[in-house]
Amino acid sequence: MSTAKPTTIVVGGGLGGLWATLRLVEAGIPVKLFSLFEVKRSHSACAQGGINAALDTKGQGDSIRQHIVDTIKGGAYLADQPPIKTMCEEAPGLIRTFERMGVTFSRTAEGLLDLRLFGGVRNKRTAFAGSSTGQQLLYGVDQQVRRYEDLGLVDKHEWWEMLSVVLDAEGRCRGIIALDLRDGAVEAFPADAVILATGGLGLVFGKSTNSSNSTGAAASRAYQQGAAFMNGEFMQYHPTAMIGDDKNRLMSEASRGEGGRIWTPRQPGDARDPQSIPEAERFYFLEEWYPAYGNTVPRDVASRAIWKAVKHMGLGVRGEDRVFLDLTHLPREFVRRRLGSILDIYQSFSGQDPCETPMEIFPAPHYSMGGLWVDWEKDLTTGGMKHGSPRNHQTSLPGLFACGECDGAYHGANRLGANSMLSASFSGRVAGEAAAAYVKGLARAARPDLESALDEERRRQEEINRRILSSDGKENPFVLHRELGELMTNKVGVERDNRGLDEAIAGLQDLEERFEHVGLDDQGAWVNTSLPYARQVHDMIVLGRVMTTSARQRDECRGSHYKPEFEISIPEGKFPGDPEWDDYLARWKSNNERWLKITMAHHTAEGPEIDYRPVDTSVLPVETPRDYR
Amino acid sequence: MPDSIHFKIRRQDGPGSDPYWQEFRIPYQAGHNVVSSLMAIRENPVTVDGQRVEPVAWESNCMEEVCGSCSMLINRRACQACSALVDTLVQPIVLEPLSKFPVVRDLMVDRSVMFTDLRRVHAWVDIDGSWDVHTGAPRISPQEWDLNYALSRCMTCGLCMEACPHFGPDRPFLGPATLAQVLLMNNHPTGKYNRTERLHAIMGVGGLTDCSNTQNCVQVCPKEVPVTTALAVLGRQTTAQIVRDIFG
Repeated sequence: MSTAKPTTIVVGGGLGGLWATLRLVEAGIPVKLFSLFEVKRSHSACAQGGINAALDTKGQGDSIRQHIVDTIKGGAYLADQPPIKTMCEEAPGLIRTFERMGVTFSRTAEGLLDLRLFGGVRNKRTAFAGSSTGQQLLYGVDQQVRRYEDLGLVDKHEWWEMLSVVLDAEGRCRGIIALDLRDGAVEAFPADAVILATGGLGLVFGKSTNSSNSTGAAASRAYQQGAAFMNGEFMQYHPTAMIGDDKNRLMSEASRGEGGRIWTPRQPGDARDPQSIPEAERFYFLEEWYPAYGNTVPRDVASRAIWKAVKHMGLGVRGEDRVFLDLTHLPREFVRRRLGSILDIYQSFSGQDPCETPMEIFPAPHYSMGGLWVDWEKDLTTGGMKHGSPRNHQTSLPGLFACGECDGAYHGANRLGANSMLSASFSGRVAGEAAAAYVKGLARAARPDLESALDEERRRQEEINRRILSSDGKENPFVLHRELGELMTNKVGVERDNRGLDEAIAGLQDLEERFEHVGLDDQGAWVNTSLPYARQVHDMIVLGRVMTTSARQRDECRGSHYKPEFEISIPEGKFPGDPEWDDYLARWKSNNERWLKITMAHHTAEGPEIDYRPVDTSVLPVETPRDYR
Repeated sequence: MPDSIHFKIRRQDGPGSDPYWQEFRIPYQAGHNVVSSLMAIRENPVTVDGQRVEPVAWESNCMEEVCGSCSMLINRRACQACSALVDTLVQPIVLEPLSKFPVVRDLMVDRSVMFTDLRRVHAWVDIDGSWDVHTGAPRISPQEWDLNYALSRCMTCGLCMEACPHFGPDRPFLGPATLAQVLLMNNHPTGKYNRTERLHAIMGVGGLTDCSNTQNCVQVCPKEVPVTTALAVLGRQTTAQIVRDIFG
C-alpha cells in the first residue's frame, strides 16, 4: 500500500511531542498525535524551575559558549558535542518563540524576561515562570497545536497507547499499533514516519519524581523491536525531593538558585526543632565541601554529598534519610513570588509552611539521561548539527525518530537543571524538521508492501493482550511493579557496586520469568486499566535490565553513575599547579581513554547486548576534569 | 489513630450502565491520599463483603496537583484526589465521579468538552509560526504578569465547572475555566489582536451573561486562578465590545 498523501505520527504530547507536531504541520505534513491522556496533562507540566538560554541580561557576561561548556562538562563529557553546541546556540530563539506564544515568563521591573541561577553554572541563565515553568511552556505549545487542530492539520488520538511500531520488509518504520484505552480495540495506523516523544522512565524505580504514566514503556517497545538504547546506566537522582509513600515530589533546584541552603544537624540524631538549632550546630555541607558553587553544585554532586552525609556520616535528620532544604532566612514575599507553586506542593502534602520550617528532602530518581540512541548529521561549516537533515534524531530504526527525555542525546552522564525543558523543546523541534525532510525524501513508489506488515503486527499485539486477559496466572502486575521498584532503588541507586548489580540482574530475570504468569482481576474490554498497566510492567522490567546491565559493565565513576570501588578522587585541597593535581589529571585522562564512550544496548532474546560508540568531542577537548570546589 | 481506611465508591461499568456502590477497607498508613489509596485497593480489589471485584477505574498522573487529571467528588466536594489527604477526611470516604461530565467508567469522566470549548473561544495567540523571528514579545509589566501568570495556571481540571450552577451537560454555558482563558489571551500584547473574535465568541448563547456570580468557581479552584476577577474584567470588555460593534 502506498499512502497517497504523506502522513506522520507523533507519540506523546509533552513539550517534545508538541514541538515536533508544530514543525511537521508547518512543513505541510499532517500529524496524528497519540497520547495516553489529554496532552495538556503530560509530565512536562511537572517541570518547575526554568529553561536555560544564555541571554546575558544580568550583567554577568554570560555567553552561549559558556552554556555549551557547562552542559558538556556537567554531563561529564559523555554526550556528542555538536548537537549540544547547536542546542545552546538556538536556546535564546526558542525562548523568544515561547514568549510570542504567550508563555507567562516572570518579568523584571522593566517588563523583560527575568533570569535565575541554577545548578552547575555560575551565571543567571534560567528563564522561568514562577516555579511552574514546565506547565506554562507546555500550555504554550498546547495552545499552538490546538490552533492547528482547529485547522484540521492535527488529528489527536488521546486515550490511545502505542503498543509497537510497524516495520516493513526493509526494516523501515511505517506506522504503529495502538490500543484504544477506552474500548480496548487494537488498531494499526500507517505512517511515513513516526516520532516517539514518550518521556521518561522514572516508574522503573517504582517511586520517583515522575508522573505515574512515565513508565518508559514506549521506548522499551521500540528497543525490543531493534532500536538501540544508549547510556541506560545514567539515571539522575534529584537531590531535593520530598519523599512520600506514593511518590517523591520534586522541590525545584530553583529553591537553591534563589538562595535556599541545604544543611543537617552536626550532632547525629539531633531531634530538636530545626529552627531552634543554632547556626554553629548546623552543617551546611555543600557550602563547606564546594565553596565555589555551594548549594548550586550539579545534581549528581549534590545527591552524592547528601548520600555521604546521611549514609556514611550518619548525619540524617533524626537519624533518618532526610536533610533540610532551608528557605526560612529568605523574605516571605520574595519566596512566594518566585517559588510559590512548589511551596504549595510541599505544604499540601506535608502540612508545613516552608517559609516557617525548613523542608525535609532526600535524593530521588528523577531523569533518565539515557534513552533511545538517535543519529545526527554534522554541519561541516559550523561544527554543529546540520539544520534540516533527515538523519537528526532518527533512531537506529529508519523512519523512527525520538525526542525529549526518551532520547539520550544531550545530557551525557548528568543533566544540568533547566536543560531538560531546553532539550525537550529543541529536540522536538529538530525531530519534527528531520521527519519532515525524511518524508519528503522518501522514494514512496518503490516501498515494500505495508498491508501485510500492519496486519501481522496487529495480530501479534492482539495475541499478547489475549494471552494476558485469559491467563489464570497468579502473579499480580501491581506487586511485580512494586518489587521491580524496590530492586532498582536498592541496587541501582546513587551508589552502585558490582555485587549488588549482579543481584539486580538476577532479580530482574526472575521478575521477567514471573511476568509470564501474570493474571488480572479485570478481564473485560471497556476501560480495562489493568491490561495496559501489566504490559507496561513487562516493558519496565526490560528497561531495568538494560539499565542494570549497562551499569554493571561500566567500571568507573562518571556523572550519575557512581561505583566507589573505581573512584578516582580529586586530591583534597589540591588545585591545578599542584603536583598531586597533575597526577590526578593523568589518571583522569587515562580513565577517559578507557571509558569515555557511549553505551549502546541492543535487544536479544537472552537480554541486552552491550557495545560502545565513540563520543564526538570536536567542540570542547576533554582536558579539564569537573571540579566544583 | 484508625487501623484502617474505609472507602465507599460509586461505580459504573460504562456510560450507559447503572451506577452502584462498593465499599473497601485498606490498612491505615500515615500520609495516604485518595489516589495512593485507590492504588492500594487495585492491588487487592476485595470489598468489605469479601467479594473480589474489578479494580476501580480513575484518572491520575502527576500526583502533585499540577496535571489536573484526578478530579473527583470526595465526600461530595469537588477536589483533586492526589492532594486529598486521608487524615483530613471524614470516613467512610465517599468517592464519586464529577457529576457535570459524562461518566466513562467508575470515577473517570469525559472532560473533552473543555478542550473543544478552548477552540471555540480562540484560546491561543496567533503567531506567524514556531520559529525565531529574532524579537520577543513586547514588554509586560510585573503587575500585568501577576494576573496573567495566575490565569495561566489553569490546568483544565474541571473543578470550577463542577461547582458552577450554570455549567452542565445539557446547558450551553462555556463555564468559568474556559472564559478565564479568554482574558489571558486578550491580555497578551499580541494576543489582543484577536480580542474581538474572542469576545464575540463569549457574547452569544452560553457566553458570559450565563454567569450569575455565585463565586463557587473561585472557591474550589485548587490553583487559586482568579476566575471571578477574570469574569468581571471580561464583563467590562464585552460591554465595550458591544459599544464598538454598534458605533464601529
